[in-house]
Amino acid sequence: MDIIQQIVSGDVRTIARILRDIDDELPSSRSVLQRLYPHTGKAHVIGFTGSPGVGKSTLVDQIAGFYRKESKTVGILAVDPTSPFTGGAILGDRIRMQRHFLDPGVFIRSLATRGQFGGLSKSTNDMVNVLDAAGKDVILVETVGVGQDEVEIANSAHTTVLVTIPGMGDDIQAIKAGIMEIGNIFVVNKADREGSRKTVRELMNLIEINSRRRNGDDWEPQIVETEAMKGRGIDKLYETIEKHRTFLQATGSEKWREVVEKRTKIQLMGALRDEAFKAVLERIEARGDSIDELVRRIVDRELDPYTAVEQIVDKGLR
Amino acid sequence: MANARKLRILVAKPGLDGHDRGARVVARAFRDAGFEVVYTGCHQTPEQIVSTAIQEDVDLIGLSILSGAHRYSFPRVIELLKENNAEDISVIGGGIFPMEDIPRLKEAGIKEIFEPGAKLGEIIEWVGTNISPRMDADESGSARVSG
Repeated sequence: MDIIQQIVSGDVRTIARILRDIDDELPSSRSVLQRLYPHTGKAHVIGFTGSPGVGKSTLVDQIAGFYRKESKTVGILAVDPTSPFTGGAILGDRIRMQRHFLDPGVFIRSLATRGQFGGLSKSTNDMVNVLDAAGKDVILVETVGVGQDEVEIANSAHTTVLVTIPGMGDDIQAIKAGIMEIGNIFVVNKADREGSRKTVRELMNLIEINSRRRNGDDWEPQIVETEAMKGRGIDKLYETIEKHRTFLQATGSEKWREVVEKRTKIQLMGALRDEAFKAVLERIEARGDSIDELVRRIVDRELDPYTAVEQIVDKGLR
Repeated sequence: MANARKLRILVAKPGLDGHDRGARVVARAFRDAGFEVVYTGCHQTPEQIVSTAIQEDVDLIGLSILSGAHRYSFPRVIELLKENNAEDISVIGGGIFPMEDIPRLKEAGIKEIFEPGAKLGEIIEWVGTNISPRMDADESGSARVSG
């Protein structure tokens, strides 16, 4: 059978292998992605982000359980950090997801950031496309534990769930720019801890402040309190995620298309940036110039970095 | 401009003992050697281990066990890999084993056994020498040339 047919029909081994080829940037994976693309566009992509230890993996595990109860198939991509020193990684998100290991309706893949900033790996969007083409109804993407500015997930997911816990800092944290702006749904996990109500109130204030930027028919971010370990509040979270999907897909609404176009544009620009950069570098090398040599000249003040870039781009693109 | 293939290893603990210190130390040593390590924690059934290994497309499974259940679980992992056409994934074991079990486990298809006292450097070196990342998926179904 053709590799595309194998993926589309959900063959686990083939899917697992193509995901690795994409991660390793094998040239052959490109043509597979090209041929798979017509099969994509059906899955609901849901992103889970938040600081390390707030309970993202446990929430993903629980939500996957809810979708399975509805007989929906689930793909999970869980990202953990790569060591900047050795390039190695320990991928431990699966520890919280053990009960799905034998369910053929759930495909879980752990991936490492491999030096990418922003909370995801470079390969994540392509991997989402593979799972989408493989017929997964829902794709749950868990970012690395993030800080304040890793907002890439909002460009990958249709629905972004931002997970926090009580006592994560004073109320000024909530009004800073960055990650607190991207949540369609805010989860206050470990809600049995002291200060949960206060965190909810701060988030309500944040949503209120940001409401001035929203149009009348925009989605108003929702807050859900959960205790993921005990399974409390997950039904509410599931309903809220589904509410967001229904909101985006409402008949006559252009919302879903808007979100998809925004995602597609950002992904296209990213791919273009990578390719153009690669092409320029290749031509520099083909001409026998070297980046290290340029660096030496810049350090010695024979050249400035701005002129160097102008020259490179000028020659590299011709 | 493909990146070099990165070695992926699953570290798992089959059986009922909850002592994963050894498994964690080895997982960390693998990380420091530049490998990507999928760590699933304790109490894994052979079925869960093999399903994970396939979904994660690992080159090697490292099983750690201290409870004595290796006589069942190690050969069972090998058996399940075969059933799933995934016998190109190698398996090694670490833990405490009665001496007479080791030849039996190797006969069953476990590539190497590391006993208490094995140096981390030894394990890393063994992996570096004996395990290489598999080939391109597009070229062949199970393309790894295994030694």
